[in-house]
Amino acid sequence: MSAAPTTPPKTPSKSWTVKVREKGVEALPPERLLPDGQPTYVASWIYVFGVASIASLIVIIGSGCILALKGPAWWHYTGVGHFFNSIHMWSVELFFFVMVVHLWGNYWMAAWRGGRGRVWVTGAIIFLVAVPAALTGYVSQQNFDAQWISTQAKDAMNSVGVGSFFNLTNFGQMYSFHILLLPIAVVALVSVHVLLVRRNGVVPPFELEKKLAAAPAASRRADGPPQASTGAQT
Amino acid sequence: MSWWRTEEDTQPWKGRYAPFDLVKELCIAVGVITLLAILLTVLLSSPDDKSSTIAQWSHELPADFATAAAKELDETSPTAEYGPPYNHSSGSVQHFLLLHPQRWLGVSHPINTADDYVIKPLQTVPNDPALQSAVAEYKAAPEKQKKEWSEAYGKPLEEYSEAVEEKKTPPSTVSVDQSTGTVTVKASGAGPVPTMMASLQSLAQSGGLEGGLVTSSQFFQTDYTKPLLFMADGGLLAERAETQHLLGRQWGLMNETGSFPGQPWLWLYALWYQVEPMKTSPNADIQVLLIMGLLSLAFICIPFIPVINRIPRWIPVYKLIWKEHYRESPPAA
Repeated sequence: MSAAPTTPPKTPSKSWTVKVREKGVEALPPERLLPDGQPTYVASWIYVFGVASIASLIVIIGSGCILALKGPAWWHYTGVGHFFNSIHMWSVELFFFVMVVHLWGNYWMAAWRGGRGRVWVTGAIIFLVAVPAALTGYVSQQNFDAQWISTQAKDAMNSVGVGSFFNLTNFGQMYSFHILLLPIAVVALVSVHVLLVRRNGVVPPFELEKKLAAAPAASRRADGPPQASTGAQT
Repeated sequence: MSWWRTEEDTQPWKGRYAPFDLVKELCIAVGVITLLAILLTVLLSSPDDKSSTIAQWSHELPADFATAAAKELDETSPTAEYGPPYNHSSGSVQHFLLLHPQRWLGVSHPINTADDYVIKPLQTVPNDPALQSAVAEYKAAPEKQKKEWSEAYGKPLEEYSEAVEEKKTPPSTVSVDQSTGTVTVKASGAGPVPTMMASLQSLAQSGGLEGGLVTSSQFFQTDYTKPLLFMADGGLLAERAETQHLLGRQWGLMNETGSFPGQPWLWLYALWYQVEPMKTSPNADIQVLLIMGLLSLAFICIPFIPVINRIPRWIPVYKLIWKEHYRESPPAA
């Protein structure tokens, strides 16, 4: 019988935790994750719509949490509840509006250039997942809109077989999708999308892309400011 | 694949940097969006039209309720003839070429309209031996006899509905008292059906029917499939929807009650229902969903679709976007 080891293992490279940490820091060093400088070409109102989409999502989740705290019927019989429901609804309208402008802006910038395909793909999927997230909200309202939308939209779901496991007329199921499952999906996708943006940097104008492509491979790095940036490197 | 692997292709920016405060920008954006949402709330509020109830339906449109209920008993209603996921009929089963997903997924929310909407609710009515005797007689009868009774009761009601719809004089076999919400059908050969239907109307008007349709096997319930489908078989929801511009032909798919924006992001989805062949196709839903599925896939894959991914280079909207940049560094001719 061999003696049990008395000292902790000294092989940090085999630690999953260390591996994850090292990979994470390598992929996104703090100064690139939270930069204090941007390339000077990042100067247009179009860039506002990306952060406005995230801001709208934060307001949606905040107002949704207040509605969830008081339960699905609260907003029907109290003025305060109706107020927060209205904020929830309008922040959803704003979310879709700014997200669509953000998508169009990125299309016209061909923002997938320079290996940024995943950024576009995650952004497009966020839009597509946000649509059922909103739809499940409409059918969870417990009013006439919910009755009408659920009884009409069920036919589309049923026609492709989805209705057998995603029943729009089942309030409990739709409410679960609306306040938990789909928001988790949207937030997870937005997180991945933002991390990819930080990792790859903001797409440069077309003619700068050619100049960058000609740069020596050894010096390649995404467009975060140099380490220990003062934030005003002009 | 250069479009996918970022390691090799993302180029470093070696030019000038401008100060940028990411966290501050996000905080300001949250503040602005919150203020905008509050402003829109104060100015416009949000819609909340009360839901319809079966009690309201049976009071306000008693003949429509009686007609729908008779069809549920006769198993000729839209729900009875729907097909999966509610039953094994085929009235609303859609397909596209060899794709039959609705059929493939089968019946997952079984509804037997005669049992669930008429017979079982009536069996819960206490202290009414005449009614229970009528229900027992109906249940014990052969299918052919049931059909004859149901048709004998339902036919005058259908004639009444058609006459009302076409604004003609209704047949004398049906009398409707709008003030009390009662319907009397003079139907010979309808057996126990008139007794059953009169009790069902009373049960509905008392509010007992919707409760019976929701609470099935357990006390706590959140599934409104049965009462919603029953109501959708009648005309009350559609009547309200038409006045609110919510019907399919009114682009209702993206609207909501009142003058609120609804779901404008569904405009393209709603558009396909307005054009042929979807506009008149019995398989419109699956056709539209397949089109939207393909378009969604194309939307995701825009960076990799030839021509589509070159358009931004040909139409220089980017010069407007990077106006500030080009003012300082004009592109070479």
